Amino acid sequence: MLITCPCCGPRDVAEFTYQGDASRSRPDPASTDQAAWNAYVYDRVNTAGAHREYWQHSGGCRSHLVVLRSTLTHRIDSVRFARDEADGARRRSGSPA
Amino acid sequence: MKEYSALALLRNAFSGNRDWKPAWRKPDPKPQYDVVIVGGGGHGLATAHYLASEHGITDVAVVEKGWLGGGNVGRNTTIIRSNYLLPANTGFYEHSMKLWETLSHELNYNVMFSQRGILNLAHTPGQADDYIRRGNAMRHDGIDAVWMNPAEIARKVPGLDVSAKARFPIVGGLMQPRAGTARHDAVAWGYARAADRRGVDMLENCEVTGFLRDGDRIVGVTTTRGEIRAKKVAVAVAGSTGRVMKLAGIDRLPIESHVLQAFVSESLKPAIDTVVTFGGGHLYVSQSDKGGLVFGGDIDGYNSYAQRGNLPVVEEVMSEMAALFPGWAGVRLLRSWGGIMDMSMDGSPIITAGPLPGLYLNTGWCYGGFKATPASGWCFAWTIARDEPHPLNAAFTLERFHRGAVIDEKGQGATPRLH
Amino acid sequence: MSPRRTASGGRIDRSRSISFRFDGKRYAGHPGDTLASALLANGVSLFARSFKYHRPRGVIAAGVDEPNALVTVLRGEVREPNLPATQVEIVDGLVAESQNRFPSLERDVGALNQLGGRLFSAGFYYKTFMGPVAGPLKGTRFWMACEAVIRRAAGLGRAGHAPDTARYEKMNAFCDVLVVGGGPAGLAAALAAARSGRRVVLADLDPAFGGALKWSGELLDGEPAAGWVAETISALAAMDNVRLLPRTTVWGYYDGNTLAALERVGDHLRDPGKGAPRHRHWVIRAGHVVLATGAFERPMVFPGNDRPGVMLASAAGRYAAEYGVLPAERFVVFANNDSAYAAAARLREAGATVAAIVDVRPDVSAGARALAARAGGELLLGHAVADTSGGRRLTGVALRRFDAATKTLSGEPRRIEADGLAVSGGWSPAIHLASQAGAKARWDETLQAFLPPQPDAGWSGAGAFLGHASTTAAFADGLAAVAALDGSLSDAVDLPASDAPDLDAAPAPVFEIRAADGRGSKAFVDFQHDVTAEDVRLAHREGFVSVEHLKRYTTLGMATDQGKTSNVAGLAIMADARGMAIDDVGTTRFRPPFAPVSIGALAAERFGELKPDRLTPLHDWHVEQGATMYAAGLWHRPMIYGHPGETVEQACVREARAVRDSVGIVDVSTLGKIMVQGPDAAAFLDRVYTNLFSTLPVGKARYGLMLREDGFAFDDGTTWRLAETEFLMTTTTANAGRVMQHLEYMLDVVWPDLKVILTSVTDEWAGAAISGPKARAVLSACVAGTAVDNDALPFMGIVHGAIGGAPVMICRLSFSGELAYEVYCGAGHGSQVWDALMAAGQPFGIVPYGLEALGTLRIEKGHVTGAEIDGRTTARDLHLSWMLSKKKPFVGSAMMDREGLVAEDRLQLVGLVSLDGQALNGGAHVVEHGDRTLSGSIGHVTSVCFSPALGKYIALALVRGGKTRHGSRAFISDPLRGRFGPVAIVSHHFFDPEGSRMHG
Repeated sequence: MLITCPCCGPRDVAEFTYQGDASRSRPDPASTDQAAWNAYVYDRVNTAGAHREYWQHSGGCRSHLVVLRSTLTHRIDSVRFARDEADGARRRSGSPA
Repeated sequence: MKEYSALALLRNAFSGNRDWKPAWRKPDPKPQYDVVIVGGGGHGLATAHYLASEHGITDVAVVEKGWLGGGNVGRNTTIIRSNYLLPANTGFYEHSMKLWETLSHELNYNVMFSQRGILNLAHTPGQADDYIRRGNAMRHDGIDAVWMNPAEIARKVPGLDVSAKARFPIVGGLMQPRAGTARHDAVAWGYARAADRRGVDMLENCEVTGFLRDGDRIVGVTTTRGEIRAKKVAVAVAGSTGRVMKLAGIDRLPIESHVLQAFVSESLKPAIDTVVTFGGGHLYVSQSDKGGLVFGGDIDGYNSYAQRGNLPVVEEVMSEMAALFPGWAGVRLLRSWGGIMDMSMDGSPIITAGPLPGLYLNTGWCYGGFKATPASGWCFAWTIARDEPHPLNAAFTLERFHRGAVIDEKGQGATPRLH
Repeated sequence: MSPRRTASGGRIDRSRSISFRFDGKRYAGHPGDTLASALLANGVSLFARSFKYHRPRGVIAAGVDEPNALVTVLRGEVREPNLPATQVEIVDGLVAESQNRFPSLERDVGALNQLGGRLFSAGFYYKTFMGPVAGPLKGTRFWMACEAVIRRAAGLGRAGHAPDTARYEKMNAFCDVLVVGGGPAGLAAALAAARSGRRVVLADLDPAFGGALKWSGELLDGEPAAGWVAETISALAAMDNVRLLPRTTVWGYYDGNTLAALERVGDHLRDPGKGAPRHRHWVIRAGHVVLATGAFERPMVFPGNDRPGVMLASAAGRYAAEYGVLPAERFVVFANNDSAYAAAARLREAGATVAAIVDVRPDVSAGARALAARAGGELLLGHAVADTSGGRRLTGVALRRFDAATKTLSGEPRRIEADGLAVSGGWSPAIHLASQAGAKARWDETLQAFLPPQPDAGWSGAGAFLGHASTTAAFADGLAAVAALDGSLSDAVDLPASDAPDLDAAPAPVFEIRAADGRGSKAFVDFQHDVTAEDVRLAHREGFVSVEHLKRYTTLGMATDQGKTSNVAGLAIMADARGMAIDDVGTTRFRPPFAPVSIGALAAERFGELKPDRLTPLHDWHVEQGATMYAAGLWHRPMIYGHPGETVEQACVREARAVRDSVGIVDVSTLGKIMVQGPDAAAFLDRVYTNLFSTLPVGKARYGLMLREDGFAFDDGTTWRLAETEFLMTTTTANAGRVMQHLEYMLDVVWPDLKVILTSVTDEWAGAAISGPKARAVLSACVAGTAVDNDALPFMGIVHGAIGGAPVMICRLSFSGELAYEVYCGAGHGSQVWDALMAAGQPFGIVPYGLEALGTLRIEKGHVTGAEIDGRTTARDLHLSWMLSKKKPFVGSAMMDREGLVAEDRLQLVGLVSLDGQALNGGAHVVEHGDRTLSGSIGHVTSVCFSPALGKYIALALVRGGKTRHGSRAFISDPLRGRFGPVAIVSHHFFDPEGSRMHG
């Protein structure tokens, strides 16, 4: 499997560390909504098909990437920096989403 | 149907083997059953058998989208052991071990359980302490475990690199003598045949396409072979848990599906007489009765339903094999394959009633489900029959994660790829 | 003399002779021979014994598809089992032996298994060997006794124990087009791709390119095809954008067009050269793949089809034409298709007699008839081989009339004497790699074969792989595959015209010749595994009718050839039994590898060097001082610096005592170190640590604790504020990587708005901890540029200075509980600073100490490490709740108060003191009862030492109830090491609980 890192170009999967389901949203740090926290930590969408997921280019630029990949064929449809993802950028620390 | 025995074999040999009957019937689905089990893998088939044999519930169908035993029960590295650390696991897996020890007789089918032992190699004093802690936990729970020093290990496993020059020298090993291997396909077929003989219907090529509901309650399934109503629907589909539970409207679970590769070498004369695991990396190896070295390592480490893995894990596993057994570098890899693992958030399984009324769930086996097959079926059958867990699976709930009552053998937290 | 070597012809070098041994006997062959061809040339017909029945077997193929003729090659003591003799190139001094026979290949006692015949039918072992339900052989015992016998009888070659001395190597390659297979289709594709300027890799598993063109004898533009092949290869070899990989099996097709290939670099060389690898593992990332992998000929299934002397027609022809070997003198050819007629002609031209060509079809093409005329012998259409005779060598065949429509035999058998039977049951394209790529094969009724599916964007196919048998079609396919890449046909490639006759590519749909009464010899489907047609029918009878059930129940296609010769016939017999079409029965998915690959090759450079070694800048010094080194992850760290005659415990006590009494020095370079920089660095640390760091003044350090998101303890360490916006974080050695990854994740994914940069600096700094009452004196004696007194350098203070001329950073912090300092300098200055510290410490008797003493000192203080922060414990379990800030949320704060994490019965940290004066062991359990019964564990020992300060064996332990048990008595129970003894449960703060010494 090859992942095209936006910084480094196409690289072998061996250079990356899987960081899991990118559809989870972390509650506001001060949130006391225990159900939301539980869901964030433990529950996964586990899609059979197009899966949004984080990978870190740990053997390269160390960026976290959001990869859209089919869990049925392993085909990769898009790779973006996690920092550029609207969701991540919108989420301001200490302030509600 | 006839009993299997040496005598039956002899009789049939004289009649040209023309009188053998199918191992299980191929019935058409009935419109309604007491219990429908989704998933004709090891756990589903075992559940069917124990529902019939332990609880007298025989109006049961096992619905399988492909062929019986086509999932992980037919793809694993066949290791059976009960060498766990945490109390919730030791009791359950030891129960499984005891069921294994009489399984061939119970099923009238030789599952070839070979109690050749499993040896976990330790490579640092700290790792040795960890393993000994686990071995002592086993002994305090009535399970067999012994500690072996490097000289004993060298005698037990010729060809193993026990030298001090090894990158990860062996300082000792935890042996569970009663552990071993079994013929994986035979387990599925044996349970299927035994359940069939008690009246359970095996419905192959029957894919579940949806669940029938009455309000909140699950009252059956729709399948590619028609609608089947049931008082209780039990799901035991391992790596497909996410897919099947979505059909029931459960969108998120503490489960990720990952691909695990397994490997077999060309057939060799007896080369290793026990199961060996490598603590300097992640490798487990044994030899099948046909002579192939059967081995595996880590999961690939990403969500997958593809039953195919990639090269980095292949290279890692082969490197560890060659490091552990430097005389086997010229032995050739014959075949590799992938299975889809239901990785849970703490590395331990879920056997529970729910999460909806009328629905029962069995999942989260990570890549250790094979050894659990008898106890998993036994406990799941109990849970389905009585609508409450047996004490052996009382801890394997779905809500334990949210409560924080996790059963985390490896102490890795909610990162499934590390379990 | 070689009795079966032809007088001339073939691609062997007759001018040179090669000597080799097989089963102890010396033989000669020529360069260009395989072990199979050389042995055949020497008149050998018996190569092996089959898996189950130990039947005598000869060679039936000429390539990678050989199921029978497996041998073990010996390189000194090193054994390489199960190599097909057809793939072993002979080399001077080669030593090979046959397998699965005792005492010899000729006389094998295992052949008695044949008497068991029908008893040993498919799956028989599932039905017996269960043993008695009660008595001494109950449970699994009886089976295991049987299993021991079965295991010895099963298995093919024997693996050795002598470590392999060969070298293996991995190469990464990148190309625009990877062409797999160097036959006509592959050569055309490679030429077209190369001429268009693309980077091309061309791989073929044979020693030479050309496929059948090397030996087919056909003419291209009137010239021998082999000449065109040679010209083409030299043209390709001359191009910079082409890499030729002969002897290279492409065996795996992985995601992202990543393909794996095995190059046999040194096996065919007597002296591969110093440092040359035996095998090279290629990982090829290809823009596009052209699969020109050809096709495998299929045998027919008929009674007695396994006798030595029965072989594939193409193989027989190839032995004659490529190797100048006649596998037999007098052949019968048996076919359901035209291709065997070319083989018959080839055999005749090489000097063999073709007694008859037997064809199941009532009529054949004109081309075939012409070839039959060239071959000589009778042409018996509408006939089939109904049985064979012979022992270790075929002596004759029995023919009967055969109706291909009804598939029935009739008439009286007619016997023809023959020592060779060349069989062709049609061809199966080698679609393995396409199947691995994820595609499902489709059945072609005309060709009676599974053809590759529609290609995807990553690959295309050409030649016999697509079912196109002729050279002309292969050439066209090869060009088309490349042309399709950019939509234009390259006119730079002009390919010659072939003179090969037009043959009918469609075989008769006949896979099995079956005697109506079921009598006669066994008819084998899978030769190696001894799976017969009756076994397939038995599987059907017992309901194992899906392809996978058939395979698993009978072991069909599971042998070392992975069903290359057997799968389709097995399916056809099952389809016939079920009354279905073959494609309705289905096909199995091919898995990597296409052909077996040595484990060593895949380990590559990591064979002999599994993992890199991480060494601190002071490693050599430790070794010179006689330190016993200890593996900690990838790191090597000193355990003790033992003196002659000292035990580990004595050395540890001496070192620890020196720290308490005077001063010691320890290498702490392995601690994880992360620079946290930026305007939001302090805010970031507040979020990831449980305690506050924004309030930490510049020039001070603080002990910090991190939790995981799930609220469990994760890691601890000190973090130093070097400037307003700059912190140096330290982590435990073991968790350095994971902490870094965790922090990066939080910054990238959760808080991308925070302006913080993280840099792992673990390897940039060397670190030494100076501990003990004299530590300050040692520092004073060697530090320049700063004072180190209590005012200048208070507890947790940081100063910058120089030691031994090198700049250093010093923080006063203590893991040992003594007055202590950590001194960091650039890694390159490590030994310079260390030497200066040692020199300054000499007057005070400074002692270097290792991990054992480090552990002893921290256990006495009750500090926790990875043995206690084991991923299952909470801050509260470890009595670190004082570090959980209530002023701010932090990672894990929302999850740490869940019921499971605050339950009363959790294991909590305590101290243990041995009451019997005996050592305690890590991993021992703790019980309340003193009667040695194995039950009722209430916890376990995590860390142990002999405490010089207390003069007792002590331990840290995690025990249910924790503090409530302080002052009570319990027992440690360690049945694995046979230790049981009384302990007192006490506070984990064994020594100087007020911390007066380190504040001194």
